[in-house]
Amino acid sequence: MTKKILLEHAGVSGIETFDVYRKQGGYTAVEKALKTMTPDEVVEEAKKSGVRGRGGAGFPMGMKWGFLAKPEGVPRYLVCNADESEPGTFKDHYLMKTIPHLLVEGMIVASYALGAHKSFIYVRGELLYVIAILEKAIEEAKAQGFLGKNILGTGYDLELVVQPGGGAYICGEETALLESLEGKRGNPRNKPPFPAVKGLYQSPTVVNNVESIANMPWIINNGGEAYAAIGIGRSTGTKLISASGHIKKPGVYEIELGLSVDEFLNSDEYCGGIRNGHHLKALVAGGSSVPILPAHLITKTATGENRLMSYESLSDGGFATGTMLGSGGFIVFDETACIVRNTWNFARFYHHESCGQCSPCREGTGWMEKVLHRIEHGHGSMHDIDLLVDVAKKIEGNTICPLGDAAAWPVASAIRHFRDEFEWHITHPKEATQPGAVYMGDSILV
Amino acid sequence: MEDTKPNVVKITFDGIEVEVEAGTTIMQAARRIAEADGTQAHLVPPAMCYYKPLEGTGGKCRACLVKVAQGSAKDTRPMPKLVPSCITQVQDGMVVENTTNPAVLEARKGVVEFLLINHPLDCPICDQAGECHLQDFAFEHGAAQTRYEEERRTFEKHDIGPYIQLHMTRCILCYRCVYTADQITNQRVHGVLNRGDAAEISTYIEKAIDNDFSGNVIDVCPVGALTDKTYRFKNRVWFTKPVDAHRDCPTCKGEVTLWCRGEEVIRVTARKNQWGEVQDFICNTCRFDQKKTSDWVIEGPTKVQRSSVISANKYRADLVKKPDFALKLASSQYKAIDDSRPYVTDPDTIRQQSVENNDKANHRSLLAENN
Repeated sequence: MTKKILLEHAGVSGIETFDVYRKQGGYTAVEKALKTMTPDEVVEEAKKSGVRGRGGAGFPMGMKWGFLAKPEGVPRYLVCNADESEPGTFKDHYLMKTIPHLLVEGMIVASYALGAHKSFIYVRGELLYVIAILEKAIEEAKAQGFLGKNILGTGYDLELVVQPGGGAYICGEETALLESLEGKRGNPRNKPPFPAVKGLYQSPTVVNNVESIANMPWIINNGGEAYAAIGIGRSTGTKLISASGHIKKPGVYEIELGLSVDEFLNSDEYCGGIRNGHHLKALVAGGSSVPILPAHLITKTATGENRLMSYESLSDGGFATGTMLGSGGFIVFDETACIVRNTWNFARFYHHESCGQCSPCREGTGWMEKVLHRIEHGHGSMHDIDLLVDVAKKIEGNTICPLGDAAAWPVASAIRHFRDEFEWHITHPKEATQPGAVYMGDSILV
Repeated sequence: MEDTKPNVVKITFDGIEVEVEAGTTIMQAARRIAEADGTQAHLVPPAMCYYKPLEGTGGKCRACLVKVAQGSAKDTRPMPKLVPSCITQVQDGMVVENTTNPAVLEARKGVVEFLLINHPLDCPICDQAGECHLQDFAFEHGAAQTRYEEERRTFEKHDIGPYIQLHMTRCILCYRCVYTADQITNQRVHGVLNRGDAAEISTYIEKAIDNDFSGNVIDVCPVGALTDKTYRFKNRVWFTKPVDAHRDCPTCKGEVTLWCRGEEVIRVTARKNQWGEVQDFICNTCRFDQKKTSDWVIEGPTKVQRSSVISANKYRADLVKKPDFALKLASSQYKAIDDSRPYVTDPDTIRQQSVENNDKANHRSLLAENN
């Protein structure tokens, strides 16, 4: 059994209520932090823990906190990014609806560390019922004196606000989220200035993922060093993985970073292997925006080492033979999945979600979708493949925010690893457009 | 010594060193180089969305991306990605590559292509042709052919108010008109609706843009998306003659450019500088209602850049300094004709030489085919 930090008490009945959560040792971190530690000591523990941003970028959270500007007389804000909308990722959703108090407790500790007196949880607009759960949890915590004025008699005030988003994927990008939170159109901002200097309402702001913040209570209770002891190398702690696709047991799993991909994929404790009678074809390891991997690069890296569920191991080999841990959206494909159709589906998503502010992403995502649509529907030509590679290259790195990269990577990697499948779609339009037809090298599955 | 002042920084732009105040953007530093030496104007990164007089513009079109090969004297690492030069501030010792970096030119070519895939390529019937920034940008940095085979995005034309027509099909979403309405007029009633490539400039409820300075959105529009209804389709811009003029206006500074055909004023716009930016925004009365020469005090012909089609056929040849590059080129390429071969008059020899030459030519073309 792996060490559980976030989902330790997930199975306890009534854990969503304050009383049960408190009985399981909840809110002790708030007591410990506010009564016995200074804010800087809390930041220090976060730094020691080495916990990295769980939203996808993997930037060390303690270091991010360290960058926060602290000018006199200017309020500071903590914003929790709960706008989880990446296809294949549903861990924050599960965490918030199951143990809402864990996030609330984490928010109190983190806000205290950063000196924020008003903090926000920006929740994806579609998750209305989760917003209700969070608001109830906040009410309960307030009634028990863990939120509001003079928390636990320590003189620290904190107001926690849950803000529903409008349902745009782009608002998961931190500066677009801040714009949206300010009541404006959710367009990402140009950086610099970074939010740590000028964020929400032009004040220093930290934006953290739900899962990152939910780690804080455990880190305070057990110490940053104890947290850093879990995991492997610079991938410390545990990670929630949203497993989906053609596996026997899809769901949210908490794993210790450093678990082998093979074990996660095939052991009965986790995914339970590929669904009956089928075999592995491809894997998207960290949500739809990371590069897709073909079967032979999933459990082993290009150099023949075991691939592990960690930031470093998954990105081993760069984008040529590796991918990213990203947000932990683990999407498994068996041989019945058509890569061209899947790539088109992803491209369609990014086209739909591009904010339209900067030209490469606004025009490029739509272009890629149209070309992929053509190939998928039997109207492609051979030069379309190189066209896609070139368009992806011209979007990547040239946009204001990472949505451009996120749109370009899946397309570029699918062509890199499954070029023959794209070519088959173009040379055999009749076969390829049969419902459910999938190219399998020497045969066709219909 | 100037260098010892902490507020002056030195940067290298395409191999040219320039000193500017701290806080200047790379774009402004490049423009400084071009203003000091007109022959370097081609080094300045193109700007489709950035508009210096409007605060907050820039960073959107990605046309001005440059490579920062060295971040500063202290931190000599290059920046990992191309950066938008219009909003990136210079650091002391920064080394910037624009036209000298193939990756920059490639990315820029990409931006032209992206901006054009949904833009109608019908310059011959567009009112902006001849003074269109996108036209210039595509001409200077783009490819001659498109790789886009799909249907283009189109919109209906909308009249927004009695003077302005919006044709979204041509829009490149630079947001300049939005910033103009925010910063120049006292109320903004239009904005960007929807997202992605479905985004459009709109007044949402078909409201008229109606205030004293609304006409300025026409001047800031880099393409033919926002056009002057009092001028639309009256003339091509290169058939009109721009003259600077002013009047005593109670609302604005009253300094404008009149676009004339003979004695007739067919259009009034604000004055633009070398970078196509309006310095003094003008009011709607000046722009739309004062269309008689008698309304204005004429100052003289507007300076138009030689490269612009607007200057075509406007100025007498004897008044314009001839470019000396052609003469220089000619003198550098000049070679005396080699006339040392013997002069042949005998018809038989001529015939024989002709046959030999023919054989040689055949032999050469055979070789070329085989290779």
